[in-house]
Amino acid sequence: MDIIWFMTGNLGLIGEHALRHVSIVFVAVGIAVVTAVPIGIAITQSKAAADVVLYFASMMITVPSIALFGLMIPLLSPIGYGIGYVPAVIAVILYSQLPIIRNTYTAISNVDPALREAAVGMGMSTFQRLRQVEIPLAIPVIMTGIRTAVVMNIGVTAIAAYIGAGGLGTFISRGISQSDPRQLVTGAVSVSLLAIAIDLILLLVQKLLTSKGLVEESRQ
Amino acid sequence: MIRLEHLTKVFNTPNGPVRAVDDVSLELPEGEICVLLGPSGCGKTTSMKMINRLIEPTSGKIYINGRDTDATDPIQLRRSIGYVIQQIGLFPNKTVADNICVVPDLLGWDRKKTRARAAELLELVGMDPAAFMGRYPKELSGGQQQRVGVIRALAADPPVMLMDEPFGAIDPINREVIQDEFLRMQQALRKTIIFVSHDLDEAVKMADKIAIFRSGRLEQFASPDRLLANPANSFVESFLGSDRALKRLRLVRVAEAMLTEFDALRGDDPHARGKVVLEESGLPFAIVVDENGRPTGCLAGNAEAGVDAKVGDLARPVRATISTDADLRLAVASMFAQDMPVLPCVDDGGRLKGILTYRSVVKSLASAEARE
Ligand SMILES: Nc1ncnc2c1ncn2[C@@H]1O[C@H](COP(=O)(O)OP(=O)(O)OP(=O)(O)O)[C@@H](O)[C@H]1O
Ligand SMILES: [Mg+2]
Repeated sequence: MDIIWFMTGNLGLIGEHALRHVSIVFVAVGIAVVTAVPIGIAITQSKAAADVVLYFASMMITVPSIALFGLMIPLLSPIGYGIGYVPAVIAVILYSQLPIIRNTYTAISNVDPALREAAVGMGMSTFQRLRQVEIPLAIPVIMTGIRTAVVMNIGVTAIAAYIGAGGLGTFISRGISQSDPRQLVTGAVSVSLLAIAIDLILLLVQKLLTSKGLVEESRQ
Repeated sequence: MIRLEHLTKVFNTPNGPVRAVDDVSLELPEGEICVLLGPSGCGKTTSMKMINRLIEPTSGKIYINGRDTDATDPIQLRRSIGYVIQQIGLFPNKTVADNICVVPDLLGWDRKKTRARAAELLELVGMDPAAFMGRYPKELSGGQQQRVGVIRALAADPPVMLMDEPFGAIDPINREVIQDEFLRMQQALRKTIIFVSHDLDEAVKMADKIAIFRSGRLEQFASPDRLLANPANSFVESFLGSDRALKRLRLVRVAEAMLTEFDALRGDDPHARGKVVLEESGLPFAIVVDENGRPTGCLAGNAEAGVDAKVGDLARPVRATISTDADLRLAVASMFAQDMPVLPCVDDGGRLKGILTYRSVVKSLASAEARE
């Protein structure tokens, strides 16, 4: 009962933290899309490059987030961003690379070679072929990678509260330090709900971006 | 016009170089269909892809209407050549209309005009634009996809088309239908077409010229009739098969083979006249016509009758006639099926124009050979 009273009494604060949380994740994943999608497309040209890039991206994701934040403090302090919003965003950008690069790479390499040949043979430039054929065909899989990155990094961002990035993780860190289960549970529940809600919204976006010609059995 | 000069392509593979195309030269006049024909792996696709520069030749030159393709920007070149790939390759994310208009859109043509053209082309292949323009490829049958693949290549009205087994992925019955449709379109469009096939019957039907390949080399380049009549070497001869004489039947029209000098009977002619006509012609049957010249029956030589019998009382009904526009294959099939050693040949109005006998069929094939 206590917990519910706490939640309803602090709706404004929860909203504030949630907004901050979302802003870290969206800015970071937004930047990650701009880097990871082109990288994923570029490495389809060379198996060797793909292996190297995917290897490093996988390594990246195995570094625990708390360690990554710790590492960034000495690295970014000289320019005045050792803690707070900036290192949180950077961490999320780094963690987002693997799911987005890997899914983009897989989706583009799996485009039927016959379609690529038809596109080239009809006189499309590389850019036209990507824009008109390969990316539209790859969109469902790329979007799945983006959704994975977003959900995963909503969790990572919760931990960024420890380096003063703010967000819903603030409830959790305070709940732990003050031994206050109300804040702890509020933080945990709202992080989960946020992840579910944003994943559903992105699923809707994915459906809107996917050509009707690619949906299996759209008619009954 | 398309001219290939000493075209050669060597692929470097881990197992050493592969001569996919070996010193091929040929010249295809404007408005004709050239079918590249040969066993699997003989270099048909490779030859074709060098024309739109999907594959760069190792050596040799290609000229389209006198222009060296090497001197043309490959993207511009490809937009000016209609291309139908073997796997159809419709873009699943685009509607039928957008698929058809890919090249016009790349060329930046007016959208309203190109969509109207797409509708026209759909109608040309018997697909209702209202029903199909907005559909996606997965909502089409195999035959419909193949049709869209072909009209997509026609959309920007290119003078030259490359078609790699365009009707390969389709059942034999529908294939005949699409082939006929395509030949009808070609009558009006007069494109210069390179067409890859491994089906001799299709080649004989579609081609103005057939190019026979064997392991990268051009073995013979000739019209279907000439090819079937005079294979250049034993490879071509065995490739064409021992029934090649039969394949030539489809190249000759009934009008060219039928006998036009013969006596037809009328129903009220006396039987005695019928007997004379039969004896003079040496044929087992004589054809009886009505006052409009339409065949109504045939009189057999063994019909027994009294002196004052009329031809009309003794004649049997005609079981089959053939249009003078049909090919000899159909005519012979009908002669066999209906047991009609004398087949009446009729014009559009059903009037008797000539008769076809086994002997006249054989003679016309022989004379075609002599013409060469
Ligand atoms: N990219 C390539 N690399 C190496 N060898 C190739 C390549 N493309 C084709 N070849 C070889 O060149 C030869 C001719 O191939 P091509 O595809 O032109 O044959 P085709 O006549 O079209 O056969 P099919 O009727 O089976 O389609 C074959 O031996 C093939 O293995
Ligand atoms: Mg081939």
